[in-house]
Amino acid sequence: MAGLGSSSSEMDLDRLNIEEYLTVESIRESPRKLHLRDLLDISPTLKEAAGAIVDDSFTRCFKSNPPEPWNWNVYLFPLWCLGVVIRYGILFPLRVTILAAGWIAFFSAFLPVHFLLGDHNKLRQKVERKLVEMICSVFVASWTGVIKYHGPRPSIRPQQVFVANHTSMIDFIILEQMTAFAVIMQKHPGWVGFIQKTILESVGCIWFNRTESKDREIVARKLREHTQGVDKNPVLIFPEGTCVNNHYTVMFKKGAFELGCAVCPVAIKYNKIFVDAFWNSKKQSFTMHLVQLMTSWAVVCDVWYLEPQYIRPGETPIEFAERVRDMISIRAGLKKVPWDGYLKYFRPSPKLIERKQQIFAESVLQRLEEK
Amino acid sequence: MGNASSMLTQYDIEEVQEHCHYLFSQQEIVALYNRFCQLDRSAKGFISSEEFLSIPEFSLNPLSQRLLKMVDGLNFKEFVAFLSAFSPLATVPQKIELIFKVYDVDGKGRVTFKDLMEVLGDLTGSFMSEEQREKVLSRVLEEAGYSRDSPLLLEDFMKVLCKPGMTMEVEVPVD
Repeated sequence: MAGLGSSSSEMDLDRLNIEEYLTVESIRESPRKLHLRDLLDISPTLKEAAGAIVDDSFTRCFKSNPPEPWNWNVYLFPLWCLGVVIRYGILFPLRVTILAAGWIAFFSAFLPVHFLLGDHNKLRQKVERKLVEMICSVFVASWTGVIKYHGPRPSIRPQQVFVANHTSMIDFIILEQMTAFAVIMQKHPGWVGFIQKTILESVGCIWFNRTESKDREIVARKLREHTQGVDKNPVLIFPEGTCVNNHYTVMFKKGAFELGCAVCPVAIKYNKIFVDAFWNSKKQSFTMHLVQLMTSWAVVCDVWYLEPQYIRPGETPIEFAERVRDMISIRAGLKKVPWDGYLKYFRPSPKLIERKQQIFAESVLQRLEEK
Repeated sequence: MGNASSMLTQYDIEEVQEHCHYLFSQQEIVALYNRFCQLDRSAKGFISSEEFLSIPEFSLNPLSQRLLKMVDGLNFKEFVAFLSAFSPLATVPQKIELIFKVYDVDGKGRVTFKDLMEVLGDLTGSFMSEEQREKVLSRVLEEAGYSRDSPLLLEDFMKVLCKPGMTMEVEVPVD
């Protein structure tokens, strides 16, 4: 396949997508003489376009299915109203109070430790770690999180990264309350960005910016340095690169899989019984998302810590990434789609259209020669 | 988006169904409405070009730009009418009519040599030169008994393309 000399991971991800889209029509049968009919008949191409308009596997990944209303009955409706009153009138203020109390406790311990003890002080690192775990537990309590953890808890060892499927930023909070991970996250604006800058830096989190192309090398370097450190917090990466609706997984970026260390998969599956935890960042701000969670009954989810994986001899990082994605998808009951999550923000590379054009052009020219 | 069929009344569904010549069932129209609302993120009543291009599969289609001229800004009724040519119930002449409209995107009623060149250009990109495309088109037109100077009409398309077994169908996923 032409055009794969480039080392950027975008091109490698494109390659897997191409294989999906070389449809049967484009694999021509033995050349026959070219007629007007063959050039006028654009029906296969139109069919693909219409198929994409009617339903496409990419948009499906980001669709938040609204819950079916169940409160249409004479007795169900008042019950539901009562539920609303309790949730918004009693639970929500209670939760906000708990959250506020938690933050106050957190800052009164964090600020002294952060400023009084020097950098690289062992005690300070330990305390900050515990404090971050504590505030995450407070967050989880504020949504009445019912979270079941399966499998051995992550341990602090060098040469390992953790990867998980991504549904919302709360994934990070749920995992963080058990172990203080150093996460690789997209830089956010607003109060989230403020927290990222001040508190999360202390546990070693690394920021990136999707829109900056040079950013990738800087992040890769920081990542490598971190995994080689001995007492640094374990790294957590969400290789999908974007929030998906917890029914599908999109392609994993290979960055986490070419560090030469163990990859520990973590699978997260939310139970939508009380609330859908999928954060559709195009539809809601994170604050609204949190408010939605805090006015629901509970957030129920399962977390599975799976067996650490190593790259096999002869396996490319992309194959390794796919293998781990298989493990996570099967464990959490998610369907796999062959799309790059970044297509949410960027258009697909024109190289893919060119591939189709090339196939068609060559077939026409070849058949022109036939008599 | 909520329970969409509650926003679409039975009367609306029947009106849309009539407009698309009954080529879609009522269930399919409801499913298409859900899809329309999903694509029309800001609930404007039509889907913009940007929103169509955010479907990666559509954006990868060589004819996407030409099709955008036809589908950009359609309201739901017209959207369904456009897609009706892809229904399994549509006849081959109805499908050929859509193909004609894709070629004749500015609606003059005839397909000129320039239109043919443009579509072939979309399909072959930089892998064929202008001269090669001209040569190919002129030759096949001549062999079929047409000349490059006189434009093609719908009945010409019907004559050339009408062959049994021409499938151009999509399935509307009905949950």
